[in-house]
Order: sequence, then C-alpha cells, then structure tokens
Amino acid sequence: MKVIRHSRIPFIVTLLTLVFLYTPLVLVAIASFNASKYGGSWAGFSMKWYIKLFHEPDIWNALVKTLVIAVISTAISTVLGTLSALALHRSTSKLKAIYYALVHTPLVVPDILQGISLLLLFVTIFSVCSPLLAPLGIKMELGLTTIIIAHITFCMSYVTMVVLERLHEFDNSLIEAAQDLGASGLYTFFRVTLPLILPGIIAGALFAFMLSFDDFVITFFVKGAGDTTLPVYIQSAIRHGKNTAVLNALSVVFLILTFIIVFSGQKLLTMKTEEHK
Amino acid sequence: MKLRKFVNWIIGAPSFVWLVVFYAIPMLLVFLIAFKPVDPFGGIGKGFTMKTWFDLGNPSYPSIIWRTLWQGVVSTAVCVALSVPISYQLSRMNSKLKNVFLLLIIVPFWTNFLIRIYAWKMFLHPDGAFKHLLVFIGLAQESTTLLYNQWAVLVVMIYTYLPFAVLPIYTAAEKFDFSLLDAAKDLGASSFYAFRRVFLPSISKGIGTAIMVVLIPALGAYLIPDLVGGPTSELIGDKIAQRVFVDRNLPHASALSALLMFVVFLPLVLTSWIKKIQQKKQKSE
Repeated sequence: MKVIRHSRIPFIVTLLTLVFLYTPLVLVAIASFNASKYGGSWAGFSMKWYIKLFHEPDIWNALVKTLVIAVISTAISTVLGTLSALALHRSTSKLKAIYYALVHTPLVVPDILQGISLLLLFVTIFSVCSPLLAPLGIKMELGLTTIIIAHITFCMSYVTMVVLERLHEFDNSLIEAAQDLGASGLYTFFRVTLPLILPGIIAGALFAFMLSFDDFVITFFVKGAGDTTLPVYIQSAIRHGKNTAVLNALSVVFLILTFIIVFSGQKLLTMKTEEHK
Repeated sequence: MKLRKFVNWIIGAPSFVWLVVFYAIPMLLVFLIAFKPVDPFGGIGKGFTMKTWFDLGNPSYPSIIWRTLWQGVVSTAVCVALSVPISYQLSRMNSKLKNVFLLLIIVPFWTNFLIRIYAWKMFLHPDGAFKHLLVFIGLAQESTTLLYNQWAVLVVMIYTYLPFAVLPIYTAAEKFDFSLLDAAKDLGASSFYAFRRVFLPSISKGIGTAIMVVLIPALGAYLIPDLVGGPTSELIGDKIAQRVFVDRNLPHASALSALLMFVVFLPLVLTSWIKKIQQKKQKSE
C-alpha cells in the first residue's frame, strides 16, 4: 500500500495565523502589568492599572449605560426576532420573499450605512414633529431611546436567523403529532414548539447582547451629546491616546470575559449535540 | 386554515412594521436626502437640488473610492487565502485538538472590535517592541512610522476580518469527505492537484459566503482607517463620518452613502446573477 503523505503547509499556515492573531493581544496583556505608564520600557510587575481601572468612575458610568441599553434591546429584539422567525417558518404567503429580504439584508449592510440611515430618519422625524410638540413642552432629541431603537433593529435579524435555523432543524412531525392528538394551537406552541426552539432563542439572545454591548459605529451616529457607552469611551480614549495604561488593563478584562463566554458556549453546544446523538 | 393565516399575520406584523420603519425607509431616505439642500444650522433645507451630486465631483473622491475598492478586495483575498488552508487543517484534526484550535480562532472574533484595533495600535506604536525589533534587525529606521498609513489600515482590516472568513469556510470543509482526496491521490493525482480539483470545488459555497462577509464590511470600514490610518489613507466610510460629525452636511453624507450602497450592492447582485447562471447550467446538464 502506498503511504500517503500530507502536506505540512496547512499546519504551518494555521500556526503562523494564530501567532498573527495573538501577538498584539499578548503584548497588550504584558503591558497591562507594566508599572511604567509608557509602553517603551519595563519598570517591574504591577497590578496598579487594574486597581485604577476599578476606581475610574467614567468607566463604571459607561458600563452601566451600555448594560441598560444592551438588556433592553436584547429583550425586545429577542421577542420580535422570535416572532418573525415563527411567522417566516409558517408562512406560505407571497409576501414571504419580501419579509425574508427585510430580515436578511441588514446582516450584510455595512454598519456605517445603518448608522447614517437611522440618523437621517431621526433628524427627519424630529424636524417634522418638534414644531407640533414644542407647545406641549416635549423636546425630541437624540439620546438613549434612539440608541435602543437602533440596537433593536440590528439585533433583531440575528435573532430571527438563529431561531429560524433551529426551526428548520427540528422535525415538524412532532407538532403535527401533538395536533393530531387534539392539542390546541396555543397548547402545542407552549408545550412542544417553544421548548424545542428555546436553545435557539437563548443563543439568539446571547448573540444580540454581545452585538449590542460591542457596538460603536451605529451608536455613534444616533447618540446624543452625553451618551458615553463603553465602546464610545474606549474609542475616544484610543483616539486621544489618553489613559492607555488603564486601557491595557480593560482590554485584558474584556479578553478574559470573552474567553470564558465563548468557552462555556462551546461546551454547552457540544453537550447539546452529544445528547442528540 | 384561515385562522392559521390570521395568526401568522399577527405574529409577523410587529417585526415587519419595525423593519419597514427603521430599516427600509431609512435606506430610502439616504437617496432622498442626497437631493436636498443643506440649511445653515446643519439640518436639512427645503426644496430639492442637484448640487450635492455635483459636489461629489470633488477631485479627491475618485482616489478615495479606488482605495476603498482595492483595500476591500486585497483584504478579502488575503483572508480567504489564509482561511482555506486553516479550514483544511482544522477539519483534519482529531476532535479534541480541533476544539482547542477553533476556540483560539473564535475568541478574537468575539473580542470587542475596538480592543482588537487598540492592540494593533499599541503593536505598531513608534515606541513599541515590534518597531524596536524591526530597527534592531535593520528593516526599519528610527524615523519610520508604522502607523497612520494605508498598510497599517490593510493589516488591521485583515486581522479583524480573518475570523469572519474562517468560520464559513471551515463549516463547508468539515462536511467534506477526506477519503475523496486519498482516492484522487491513489489514482495518481499530486497532492496539490487533488486539493485544487477535489477539495476546493466542494467548499466553494463556503468561500462565496466568506468573500461576502469580509468584502462588504471592508468596503464600509470606518473605525479602522479612522484609528490607525492617516489623511492619506482615508476610505469612503471616513468621508461619510466627517460630513456628519465635522461639517454637519447631511445631504453630502447621504450622497456619499448612496455611492457606498451602490458599491456594496454591486458585488451582491453580481454574485446572485452568477449563481443563477450556474444553476441554469447545472440544470441543462
């Protein structure tokens, strides 16, 4: 028998790519423990930037704002996204193609276009409505509400796609069986469909939360003057090169949290698939 | 059956209306407002004008559009070229090792976008270790600046979009039956020939998705050129943001966005057109 030799090139490319992916991150991690404020030289090991990070009121305020926005947008987009997935899955209507395009295309439109288009919408609405609302003492301006509306809009499509995939995966005969046995539509939904798609809904919600928590570009377009979310804070710190030592520590915290979330997510997913087998 | 249809309308309506109001109408507004004049307070004036479109004739724009296009295409090409061997490698590994490597590739994908750009800004910093290394081995002078040019923008774009390309290609590669490669080699094909004629065609769908998910955000990139680029490496995205945040000229920003939309949707329409032709071919065969 002929011995088949595998090329080493793919393995080498993979290793080099991992080096490429991690070198900058590892260097930031090392710098975060550097006692010197400037990255140029090593002044000994220190945890002081982490301590400073936890005593930075601006960061805490930004974190709270980001969390409020992320929680509200996740909740609403998960409900709306799940409903639209169910409607799309069941629908046989001619509108389905248009509906699907409405859900699908936001996933591929660059975020800057979503940001500017929503800003234009809000500016137009404000210019029409403020003369009407001014006598009532109501002032319409960009702020948390416009940010949350924008976040719901871009999170929704992701939830729909994840739930829709789950709906396509499972056996429709289970639902038909329940209905054949006399279960009502609502009963079938709550006792059969919902438990089956719940993992998809949870995955979609997690996805939405991460997207909302991380978003900078769209937020930047529709935010008001004082709305500093965590990504907005980080962007301005990077841009003006201020507080970089604290930023190093913050990056490491982000990395560790991401690692934990992704690791447990992967564990959860593999557990699920093994159960199925 | 009537009840079912009615229920479906009720479930589907809220998100449908939401997407029409906050997604479809805003996208149309982009085109509409490009025909509006600007008012002195940075708002949108009354009436209609073609002036903004003539302003796009600004001599600096063609080079910016050209740069946006070639940077998008090059970063997509590099990402795909790296992702194919990586996916091949990943799908051939045993499941334990595969999970570790997959995790290592996914973590940067989920790490905050800004943090990843920041890490590169530090990496290419004039006082950073990498610069010192380059000077030490004689590849750079003390005066060389690694940041604020189009190469920095390109490298960071490849860095941030690479995991986007790996995931769809890996998903396609994982379904590939690797005994086909061995069969091809048994029949006398060289490793590379088998790779090119057997492996690549069967992951072509994944490659297509990868091209789309890298090229489209790359064409709309704004944060990366804003943070690691300089005045000579601006892309369309920077210009849109400048018109909004620096001189508050929303109609001009709209016209630029309409242009970007055109550039983004062109490859989308082209790929679906090519797909249709291929399907027709397959059917007739």
